[in-house]
Amino acid sequence: MPDNEKEIRELENKARQIRRLIIQMLAKAGSGHPGGSLSSADLLTALYFKVLRHNPQDPKWPQRDRFHMSKGHCCPLWYAVLAESGYFPKEKLLTLRQLGSILQGHPDRRTPGVEVASGSLGQGLSVALGMSLSARLDKLDYRVYCLMGDGETQEGNIWEAAMACSHYKCDNLCAILDYNGFQIDGKTCEIMELEPLAAKWQAFGWKTIEINGHDMKEIIGAYAEAKKIKGKPAIIIARTTKGKGVSFMENVCDFHGRAPTEEEAKIALKELE
Amino acid sequence: MSEMLYQRDIYGKTLVELGKKNKDIVVLDADLSGSTRTKIFAAEFPERFFNFGVAEQNMMASSAGFASCGKTVFVSTFAIFATGRAWDQVRNTVSYSNFNVKIVATHAGLTVGPDGASHQALEDIALMRVIPNMKIIVPCDGPQTRDAITAAANTPGPFYVRLGRAKVPTLEKKEEFKFGKAEVLAEGKDVTIIACGVMVNEALAAIKSLAAKKIKAGLLNMHTIRPFDSEAVISAARSSKALVVCEEHSVIGGLASAVDEVIAENSPVKALRLGVRNRFGQSGEPPELLKEYQLTAADIEKTVLKII
Repeated sequence: MPDNEKEIRELENKARQIRRLIIQMLAKAGSGHPGGSLSSADLLTALYFKVLRHNPQDPKWPQRDRFHMSKGHCCPLWYAVLAESGYFPKEKLLTLRQLGSILQGHPDRRTPGVEVASGSLGQGLSVALGMSLSARLDKLDYRVYCLMGDGETQEGNIWEAAMACSHYKCDNLCAILDYNGFQIDGKTCEIMELEPLAAKWQAFGWKTIEINGHDMKEIIGAYAEAKKIKGKPAIIIARTTKGKGVSFMENVCDFHGRAPTEEEAKIALKELE
Repeated sequence: MSEMLYQRDIYGKTLVELGKKNKDIVVLDADLSGSTRTKIFAAEFPERFFNFGVAEQNMMASSAGFASCGKTVFVSTFAIFATGRAWDQVRNTVSYSNFNVKIVATHAGLTVGPDGASHQALEDIALMRVIPNMKIIVPCDGPQTRDAITAAANTPGPFYVRLGRAKVPTLEKKEEFKFGKAEVLAEGKDVTIIACGVMVNEALAAIKSLAAKKIKAGLLNMHTIRPFDSEAVISAARSSKALVVCEEHSVIGGLASAVDEVIAENSPVKALRLGVRNRFGQSGEPPELLKEYQLTAADIEKTVLKII
């Protein structure tokens, strides 16, 4: 097997492990958001284990690449990736959403590796913009990544930020849009149509890269391509499946914001073996 | 006649002073840099000034990104937009993370003048006062504006500094500015007036007129609204027969509420409120508006005479 093929297999295995952690955490917590955590699991696994320049032993290292999760409700995924990277012990994952836990129901700076709190949708791209411009001021070459949900691009704040990132030519910034096509109340196309989505971002001055968000090769290719873009920000529009990896959660709106029962978790973990 | 100054001129100049010393200061504005005077900083340090256009929500949330990278961020626009339009960004993205973001808003209160109700923030102190971590200063004149901005720059965490549009007279001071401590401008056993911002000057005039009538009125310049100097208020409540609280703000949620909360729990005493009661502002010149909304020295005097 060629090296890159091996690497792809390893990342796929890692993503499966991350998905297992998400199910275990949510089942223990009894509440939380599996759908969007599972849909962006491959995107974030590739980022943290292949792309991001970071040091879990030194979370404040000035040269680190920044990551911000704008769709904060998908923090079970972020926490799993952070724990797997070594930011904190994996046992902590089972304290998700408990009183006094470092793992709050939505991201909070008490978690090692979390730079800025989130949870109120539509603000993360602005946060990433501030980080991107700071890199320029400090003459540092770190990159800034921001994961957004599709539903949250219905927020006006996102488009204010989209305009500004382009105005300031933030080519050290890469947005990742988890386009799973669902939001709490139903399909995005029925609740509030996002299409033509790529054309909107292009019109705002962004380089768009459209991929299958569950194909590791395409994901890694997209990150590499985004890095080469000069003079404008890049957005990876990743087509994904909500609840990806667990048959009874896939494209089921109910699992946007409902944790699996103990029984459901058992089945899910079996599917993810 | 005392010197008349624009608080926002002092703000712009103080930013330059601070910017020279601290390279980590960045300034953000939303298309109002001429009015807020952040353009003075922009002219000196163009690379550290960012105009966000008419997009206050993006500006406010971006300030958190800057702050997370070690910047001390000054964010300016009119008070109504800083605290109203971008409230969720201030609460969830700035203050929740306890970032070094200093919101310095101009054009607060009725004295915005002819622009009228849409631009006259009468709720901004209330909106900021309920958010944990947020510190609030309402300076009364030009020199105190410099003190307030400097304190905000040098004290960790998020700040809201409230400035006006119109020129204000420079007061003769007895004390040095101490962040978090009320300034005692006068002591009096009959009544203590507690005021902030432009109302401090009105209160000083009222005190002089009352003195001529042999009424001894004290005056606290409550420039810091958070952290609140409860001790000074309790002491005033105990040493005088009544309190009169004056602010260019709604009587709900601002200085008067802060005073009421403290005395109700510690030392109940009658406290009358001079502020805006269940009304929006309107167009007019600042002196006309203060009169229309009963916020002049004469109104303070009338209130004192009523209460004692």
